[in-house]
Amino acid sequence: MADEIALLSTWPSMFGMRVRVALAEKGLKYEYREEDLRNKSPLLLLMNPVHKKIPVLIHNGKPISESMIIVEYIDEVWNHKSPLLPTDPFQRAQARFWADYVDKKLYDIGKKIIWSTKEEEQETGKKEFLECLKLLEGELGDNPYFGGQNFGFVDVSLVTFSCWFHTFESYGNFSIETECPKLVAWTKRCLEKESVSSSLADPHKIHDFASGVRKRFAIE
Amino acid sequence: MGEEVKLFRSWSSPFALRIVWALKIKGIEYETVFEDLSNKSPLLLQYNPVHKKVPILVHNGRPIAESFVILEYIDETWKQVPLLPEDPYERAKARFWAKFGDDKVLTSVWNVFIKQGKEQEEALVAAMENLKFLEEEIKGKKFFGGERIGYVDLVLGLLANLISICEEIIGLKIVDEEKLPLLYSWMQDFAEAPIIRDNWPPRDKMIVKFQALLDAAIASSSSSSSSK
Repeated sequence: MADEIALLSTWPSMFGMRVRVALAEKGLKYEYREEDLRNKSPLLLLMNPVHKKIPVLIHNGKPISESMIIVEYIDEVWNHKSPLLPTDPFQRAQARFWADYVDKKLYDIGKKIIWSTKEEEQETGKKEFLECLKLLEGELGDNPYFGGQNFGFVDVSLVTFSCWFHTFESYGNFSIETECPKLVAWTKRCLEKESVSSSLADPHKIHDFASGVRKRFAIE
Repeated sequence: MGEEVKLFRSWSSPFALRIVWALKIKGIEYETVFEDLSNKSPLLLQYNPVHKKVPILVHNGRPIAESFVILEYIDETWKQVPLLPEDPYERAKARFWAKFGDDKVLTSVWNVFIKQGKEQEEALVAAMENLKFLEEEIKGKKFFGGERIGYVDLVLGLLANLISICEEIIGLKIVDEEKLPLLYSWMQDFAEAPIIRDNWPPRDKMIVKFQALLDAAIASSSSSSSSK
């Protein structure tokens, strides 16, 4: 029996993109459903009653929520190709730690840069954001990927933020490439992979989207 | 070859308790290193430079930080008495509830604890919404892990202790036996389970500590809302 896979997401969501990258890495076919978060579908509310958020993966009718939990599920079920987590428990722990770091820090800090109306908060956001990226750059070291020689779990968790970089730079008035050249080189390396380039949104469209949201909330 | 397992913790850290329970449930021998979090040791800062927090598990000299990450590491390294289910979908559900516990439940219970008046009433409504999801999830099971304690129980388990401490201090019921009978029952069963029961931090010290945290929270909120 063929697997039935559906993904509920929104096109600008860096969290939804993580799931798309993982599905593409595994060569999986799935139905994509774009959600309107101002008018959530009955399916979304049914499949994620606790948070009512995207992304939600629906596999043979069963829902899984929270992007990195979904990525780990995909890795465990379709373990025949492109493993995202290593096999060694200590290395797996390292991968989980850094994916958790990306989750804990980048999104909330990044929000300050784009959505804040206070200059001080924005400046703090910028500073913290760069500190995080530099720490991650240190962790990458001389490896091509966070997963070492192969694209892995941490790469998935972080790479989807890269299509938002242009938006952060524009509103924060700074250059991520100048501050973190190794990290930007890593994003370009990842984009050479079909699974990544086909899953990430266009940075300029993201910028237009953010601009639209800011207007709606009268930030600009 | 001898295994060297060390756990860096503080006397009260509820997140470190998760690791104590996991190690004991699996019968793993370990050494405890107590940290004074107001005066962190160089070793702690060396082992967890990113967050500078406890718990940290050090296994044969290699450190692992963040309680969820440590729990999964323990489960993968020592396979007896598994904490997570085998089925990938059940594992995903367990991870989901653990994250929900930390991100939502804990935060909402804390808000009930530190807020006053109308804000506290609203916080209680929000907390009840979250707790009701847990009430629904435990239906038909003794523990979240099923017949025996599992990963979700270990993560949520701190509620079994902290909630009663908070309730005693503020004189307000958060998990009412009538409104959340299954969750209430789980809290009793979990708190009384062997290993769990033997490892709670001293209650009188916890009351003192949490009263101090409440006083500090009230002081900081009234100073920020008063005009200068």
